[in-house]
Amino acid sequence: MLKPLSDLGSGEHGIVRELQGGRRLAARLAGLGLTPGAAVAVMHNYGRGPITVAVMHTRVAIGLGQAARVMVETREGEA
Amino acid sequence: MSPDPSARPVTVALAGQPNVGKSTVFNRLTGLNQHVGNWPGKTVEQKTGELVHNGTAIRLVDLPGTYGLTANSEEERIARDYVLRERPDVVVAIVNAAALERNLYLVAELLALPSPVVIGLNMMDVAASHGVRVEPEVLEAALKLPVVPLVAARNQGIDGLIDAALRVAADPAAFAPTRPEMRPAHRPILAAIAAHLEAVLPPPYPTSWAALKLLEGDTEIAALVRERAPEAWKEVHALLLQHEDAYLDIAGGRYEWIARMVRAAVARPRAGAVTVTDRIDRVATHPLWGLGLLLAVLAGVFWLTYTAAAPLVALLGRLIGGSLAGAARDTLSSGPPWFARFVADGLIGGAGMVLSFLPILVFFFALMGILEDVGYLARMAFVMDRFMHRIGLHGKSSLPLFLGFGCNIPAVLGTRIIEDRRARLLTLLLAPLVPCTARLAVVTFLAPAFFGELATWVMVGLVSLNMVVLVVVGVTLNRLAFRGAKTAFIMEMPLYHAPNFRTIGLFVWNNLTSFLKKASTVIVLVSALVWALAQWPGPGMQHSALAAVGRALAPVGAWLGLGDWRFIVALLTSFVAKENTIATLGVLFNAGEGGASLARQVAAALPPSAALAFLVIQVLFVPCVATVAVTKQEAGWRWALAGVLLLLTVSLGLGVVAFQLASRL
Repeated sequence: MLKPLSDLGSGEHGIVRELQGGRRLAARLAGLGLTPGAAVAVMHNYGRGPITVAVMHTRVAIGLGQAARVMVETREGEA
Repeated sequence: MSPDPSARPVTVALAGQPNVGKSTVFNRLTGLNQHVGNWPGKTVEQKTGELVHNGTAIRLVDLPGTYGLTANSEEERIARDYVLRERPDVVVAIVNAAALERNLYLVAELLALPSPVVIGLNMMDVAASHGVRVEPEVLEAALKLPVVPLVAARNQGIDGLIDAALRVAADPAAFAPTRPEMRPAHRPILAAIAAHLEAVLPPPYPTSWAALKLLEGDTEIAALVRERAPEAWKEVHALLLQHEDAYLDIAGGRYEWIARMVRAAVARPRAGAVTVTDRIDRVATHPLWGLGLLLAVLAGVFWLTYTAAAPLVALLGRLIGGSLAGAARDTLSSGPPWFARFVADGLIGGAGMVLSFLPILVFFFALMGILEDVGYLARMAFVMDRFMHRIGLHGKSSLPLFLGFGCNIPAVLGTRIIEDRRARLLTLLLAPLVPCTARLAVVTFLAPAFFGELATWVMVGLVSLNMVVLVVVGVTLNRLAFRGAKTAFIMEMPLYHAPNFRTIGLFVWNNLTSFLKKASTVIVLVSALVWALAQWPGPGMQHSALAAVGRALAPVGAWLGLGDWRFIVALLTSFVAKENTIATLGVLFNAGEGGASLARQVAAALPPSAALAFLVIQVLFVPCVATVAVTKQEAGWRWALAGVLLLLTVSLGLGVVAFQLASRL
């Protein structure tokens, strides 16, 4: 099931499948490891302010607005 | 061994993503033998250095830290243009062994450029502490390029790295690495675009590289082709529109290459353990605790800076203003009397007194350097993001603003980390509202003189006033002048690590030398000029040119309670450099009256309400000329002037309010 990264709660994880929001944003995110196929886990999502995610063994902070453009596949029943 | 003087130095470019210890490597290699300047025509800091390694002279160029090499930011453009145009003999890419996959993304980009690449596999100790095993030889065999393990923080492996770099530089023809390739689906389109670019693309851009960049949406290369070859651009543009999704195959191709390269070389523990960084971040990035921690850290920085520096400032003040000036008078007593007075009162009393602020700068930049080096500054940006959104900015803008407490010039230059132009301009306009150490030093000197025991509260009040004004001006400008899209906040949160005192020491040193340069040029000149104008045409200071200017502005001063022209002149000279307020008062008060200490004389000259107004204007007054100059260089005259007018209005307006309110109390 695809859902925006911003909808994942703290501790949830998935695989990046799509990037919406154009080439420029995609290029920036790719350099930070957020690219289709990458496994991503949300460290903290307080529902406001930026969220922190773990991707490729680094931690990246990303604004909720940008996180909403990263579509993530999560497995049903797996939090 | 000394280098062969006839040989051309080997140029080594140092590349790497942020937070990989690249500056540690640079500092290890160059020490104090480094120069900080700007990239030609740019405002991004450029560090170069020289060293001699086993008899070979090396010129080391530190490229800006970037995640990739697409023209997304000034830094990325500079890094790739440098490699393309200057063709360094070898590029040394520093990567973090603990996050190898992500770090190799930049290497994948570098391998598309003409210079050979050597990898410095840094932070081997950090990787080991996370249970990550990286085998450099296996990685080297896969990449077919030298991979040298390092622990730069402990000076391990750096000699070997330079050996490897020199070997590659000596025989570039033998360099044949495994290069990443685009996924097969879009390879024909890449070839088609490259064919259109053949013969129309100016040097130094390789056609295949330019084709790749065009597919990635690179605006700089697109503009170049559009301008140089409008015909070819039409064809290329049509192809690009048909293959908008190709960029995913390029990035995907790079990461697939990385996965192949590291497969045999890296072994990780199954489950990701909770690291120290994660544990600290539970507090440091928490909406509530994180904010509390941030406020505590900021309060700590200021408390430490001013309590630790205050006795040193006082001591230096006594040494310079008393002993040194006295010694100068004695030594020069045989010469013309005006010259002795010029040196003692003009130069030492003016510029010399400014030097007594040095301890404040040293402590502030040392503490900033520690916060940056341990990785806390990124968390600060994170916590501030929520609040910065209220003034239409995001968390990253808080970093240059915070730097502004040291000096507004690095703050203005620091705004380049903000990708969005609108957000950057707003940050530029707001930066001078942060009181710099120079202004705070003036206040530290004057507040106790004017208000005695209440000085601390006055200072806290003045800094709070600055912050309130910053928020109010920020909200207003954002609503009125900068209505527009929200900007993206994307930032790596580096692992926390122990501070490297060499790195911090050099950070302090570089900031200090730029201050000393200012003090020895601009401030000396102003001190001399103020002294001369205060003597001429005479007789006595009451009949000087400076007094005439001050008196002409007396009607404005009356609104502020500043009947004494010397304070008006002090404010005017602070435009040249903020420290000049003290320098000018030093010249104007001591030259005529001598004897009693400056603080006592100044305090006697103004009633408390006017003194308060004076301090309010002082902390909010127009940015110093150097700040205006860098603002102009960053954003153009229009914005530099807008900034000056903005602060002039705000400072005078609030000065009047402060005086009128205080005189009614």
